[in-house]
Amino acid sequence: MEQQELIPHLFRSEYRKIVSVLCKRFGFDEIEAAEDIASETFLTAAQTWGLGGLPLNPTAWLYQVAKNKAKNYLLRRTVFENKIVPAMKIDSEVVFETEIDLSPQNISDSQLQMMFAICHPAISSEAQIGLSLRILCGFGIQEIAEAFLSNKETINKRLFRAREKLRAEKIKIEFPAPAGIEERLETVLTTIYLLFSEGYYSVSQNKTIRKELCFEAIRLCQMLVENKNTNKPQVNALLSLMYFHSSRFDARINANGELVLYDDQDTSLWNNEMIIQGVYFLNTSASGDYLSKYHLEATIAFWNTQKADTLEKWENILQLYNRLLQIEYSPVAALNRTYALAKANGKAEAIIAAEKLNLTGNHFYFALLGELYTGIDNGKAKEHFEQAFLLAKTVVDKQAMRRKAERLSK
Amino acid sequence: MDEFILILRHEDGGKIASPEQMQIWMKQTMDWIGGIAAQNKFVSGTGLLFDDAKVVKYNGFVTNGPFGEIKETIGGFMIVKAESIDEAVEFAKGCPVLQGDGNSVEVRRIAKNDGVH
Repeated sequence: MEQQELIPHLFRSEYRKIVSVLCKRFGFDEIEAAEDIASETFLTAAQTWGLGGLPLNPTAWLYQVAKNKAKNYLLRRTVFENKIVPAMKIDSEVVFETEIDLSPQNISDSQLQMMFAICHPAISSEAQIGLSLRILCGFGIQEIAEAFLSNKETINKRLFRAREKLRAEKIKIEFPAPAGIEERLETVLTTIYLLFSEGYYSVSQNKTIRKELCFEAIRLCQMLVENKNTNKPQVNALLSLMYFHSSRFDARINANGELVLYDDQDTSLWNNEMIIQGVYFLNTSASGDYLSKYHLEATIAFWNTQKADTLEKWENILQLYNRLLQIEYSPVAALNRTYALAKANGKAEAIIAAEKLNLTGNHFYFALLGELYTGIDNGKAKEHFEQAFLLAKTVVDKQAMRRKAERLSK
Repeated sequence: MDEFILILRHEDGGKIASPEQMQIWMKQTMDWIGGIAAQNKFVSGTGLLFDDAKVVKYNGFVTNGPFGEIKETIGGFMIVKAESIDEAVEFAKGCPVLQGDGNSVEVRRIAKNDGVH
């Protein structure tokens, strides 16, 4: 690896480990101290390595420096507390315990426990994603601001309030009790999926950052799969889903950062490695008797990697959407279900179903009606595409709708 | 928006239908439910199994049943959200069970336990 890439790379992989271990050791109350020590460690590395060259094992070097800084911090804190809180002296053995455990096991546990602490229902999902990006993914405030199309000040405020809230709730950095793990895992998975979607569907033009968001979400989910406490079927299903989606990352955005619709994608740009990973985790997710929405979505995503337009494909997708909508309604799922209905049962039935959807504020709704009426009543189809054009929010979407309408005029 | 229960009653179709016919009914039922769920009007619902079905009567008398005594049995139920009983009836009209002569879907508003209903 080139030296100029080394520090950003290490920052991305090691920052969260150092923060998680230190924060677990200090307690959530002192999360800022943990973040400061981790940041200072990288600053020291940048200065020292720049002058004296790279150490043999940069990661071990970082851990050693972080350890020393943490020890100094704990000693300073202890002295301070002993002066103003004399009672502390009684328990001096415990107070002077400054060892920092950077063993692989503790690093892995601390990161996962940190994930549970951050993805706490007490704070909003926006705040959960923000904190996850900062602490678990090592993103800078500027990068988070870009991902959210916001500014540094707003993000700083949001993260500050979220930390305050978690402090007030006296959140502990620990695994939830086995009985409660499924429920807490639900929030963690939601945050990971939102993080992924932030990258996948983001309006941000910065393709590199968008890709990073997706890969970080996959990395976090992979960590859950690798730990026996959290390696549950629904976690494997979410991982599978994200791999399937990511396999189309390069095909769905062109060189100008514009979205390429599924039907127009160059399938040679689909990433086969990722599809194989997706299939692997879809198989490992097939255990237990709990069918999560991630199982359904991952299976739909699997069928979407099959480009051939067969009845079998569309009948399967239709039934998966039928079940998904019963677990959790969303307008996107309702629209996709109706498209699958047209492919499986015919356009006539789908038009009747579509007109009951009551999504007249959504440009995709009119795009769908346009598709359904094409070849049946081209006049109506054109009107719907024109309506979709009016409601579309992005330039790319507007152009696509205009092209569809114009094609019908000829 | 109120909640309504649709109670599906039908004769035992297993005696007259081929496996292919049952497959078709199953798909139609899944599509029917999916269509309601796509309007965000589905609350819950499921089928009721006949295996080991019992009827408990007055004096704690238990029979295997409800077969033999009544022609129609309850095959399943679904709870939907609807603006009015008329909308709930429209949902019921799409139920594939109604293809069978003598079958029916009963539509009832669910009490809210709000002190009034």
